Amino acid sequence: MIETKNWQKRISPVVESVPPSGIRRFFDIAAEMDDVVSLGVGEPDFVTPWTIRESCVYGLEQGFTSYTANRGLLELREEICRLQERSFGISYDPKKHVLVTVGVSEALDIAMRAILAPGDEILIPEPCYVSYKACATLAGGVPVPVAAKIENDFRITPDDLEPFITEKTRAMLIGYPNNPTGAILSRKDMEALASFAEKHDLIVISDEIYGDLTYAGEERVCFASLPGMQERTILLNGFSKAYAMTGWRIGYAMSNPAIIDAMTKIHQYTMLCAPITAQIAAVEALRHGEKYMKKMVSEYDKRRRLIYDGLQKIGLKCFEPKGAFYIFPDITSTGLTSEEFAEKLLLKEHVALVPGTAFGECGEGYVRCSYATSVEKISEALARIEHFVNHI
Amino acid sequence: MKELLELIEKDARRPADELAAMLHRSEYEVQNQMKQLEKDKIILSYNTLINWEKFGENTVTSIIEVNLTPQREVGFDAIAERIYRFDEVRTVYLMSGSFDLLVIIEGKSLQEVANFVATRLSTIEGVTQTRSHFMLKPYKKDGIIIEDKEKDRRLVMTP
Repeated sequence: MIETKNWQKRISPVVESVPPSGIRRFFDIAAEMDDVVSLGVGEPDFVTPWTIRESCVYGLEQGFTSYTANRGLLELREEICRLQERSFGISYDPKKHVLVTVGVSEALDIAMRAILAPGDEILIPEPCYVSYKACATLAGGVPVPVAAKIENDFRITPDDLEPFITEKTRAMLIGYPNNPTGAILSRKDMEALASFAEKHDLIVISDEIYGDLTYAGEERVCFASLPGMQERTILLNGFSKAYAMTGWRIGYAMSNPAIIDAMTKIHQYTMLCAPITAQIAAVEALRHGEKYMKKMVSEYDKRRRLIYDGLQKIGLKCFEPKGAFYIFPDITSTGLTSEEFAEKLLLKEHVALVPGTAFGECGEGYVRCSYATSVEKISEALARIEHFVNHI
Repeated sequence: MKELLELIEKDARRPADELAAMLHRSEYEVQNQMKQLEKDKIILSYNTLINWEKFGENTVTSIIEVNLTPQREVGFDAIAERIYRFDEVRTVYLMSGSFDLLVIIEGKSLQEVANFVATRLSTIEGVTQTRSHFMLKPYKKDGIIIEDKEKDRRLVMTP
């Protein structure tokens, strides 16, 4: 038997200070059941479009199995820059302003490590993706969670952030369209945040991985495209959500040369480069994948309306999500906490979803439902949730 | 309208309330639109795609290239009609290229299909040549992969 007891105290206190994932427990229960309808999955239910998969297979056949430049294939960086130019009219230099990473997850990690000195504070609006705070802590920084308000449909405002500014505040991290709430920021919202960043001289990390998943005719705004924001922003994006490429692990960061150079330094010593197979696939995604992506987005949109309508009919309050593929209903009317709701629903009705508290303390009273699943499963889940809510 | 058509093209059995929610419209509106689309013959029918081979029904499908001599005034239309009126004929397309009509025929046996081509199809006035190809195995039909091995491999919960 291998003992763990004596070794536990040898784990770095920084790592020990990071709490374990809030969904682990539910995952373990759900994994044992064979008839679970899951609204708990944070990734597309589509498989990567065939043209992208096929290009990767062809690349392997042609013998593309080596390292690439640390920053990623130049071809890919050029395509990424072209995308920004045609979508938002912002110019980036593929040789100076882009770093291809192993998913946005890596980009997030090295961005924090590149800009945070020990004790530096970074403002992180909550509810938010589970990695944000952990990455800041692991980088030696201090995450400062700021609760977004339901009155504003979970959009963060300078008024929310202002009280948390200190002499040590160096940056803020915004993730919109938002996981878990489905909230988006309008141009006006972003402009207000841009002035705020300028006023306090903050670097802005903008995680726009769900950017393409913007619905209801809302404008998709890139934070870096706002006047004066391009240099100040570390723009993070990737292929996982829009192109259904989660397992490929491919993302990118765009910023000024000083920050990209610093991030590249960490990347070259730790990751060396993103996998060449995934980079080849990403080139194909940007060259020929857009129509497949648009089709998937239009499919999510229909499911979004279905689940929004369904939850309201059940009597669970929720605001209309206009981005990502999540909806964040208020479950306080049931008298249960988020954790209780998620656990009881899973045990009684075999529907998996994630308690709002997994995404920050202010997620109490909410649960996250993902609608990246088939219409049939959404309908089945809604029927089971209704039965559950009516029999508490 | 287009969104509605796209939805029912994929699954004609979707209940009206579900369609209404997905399209952000009332159930009444959706039902009326469907009725109108049926009346206008934009919706032609609601079919079911069945894997008859799997059910154990052995049908024979033949894809036939047909060459025609077009007729004055009506071109290919009159001959095409004489062909598509037969129950055995499932599909008829007018084509560009080295032949004129693509005709798909289904029958119970090779004999039956061959017989139909020999005695019915090729004897129609204006038909100058036929080339039959028998279908061996369907892989994909009307956008549906017959034996799709891809399944949901995602973990049951991810952040």
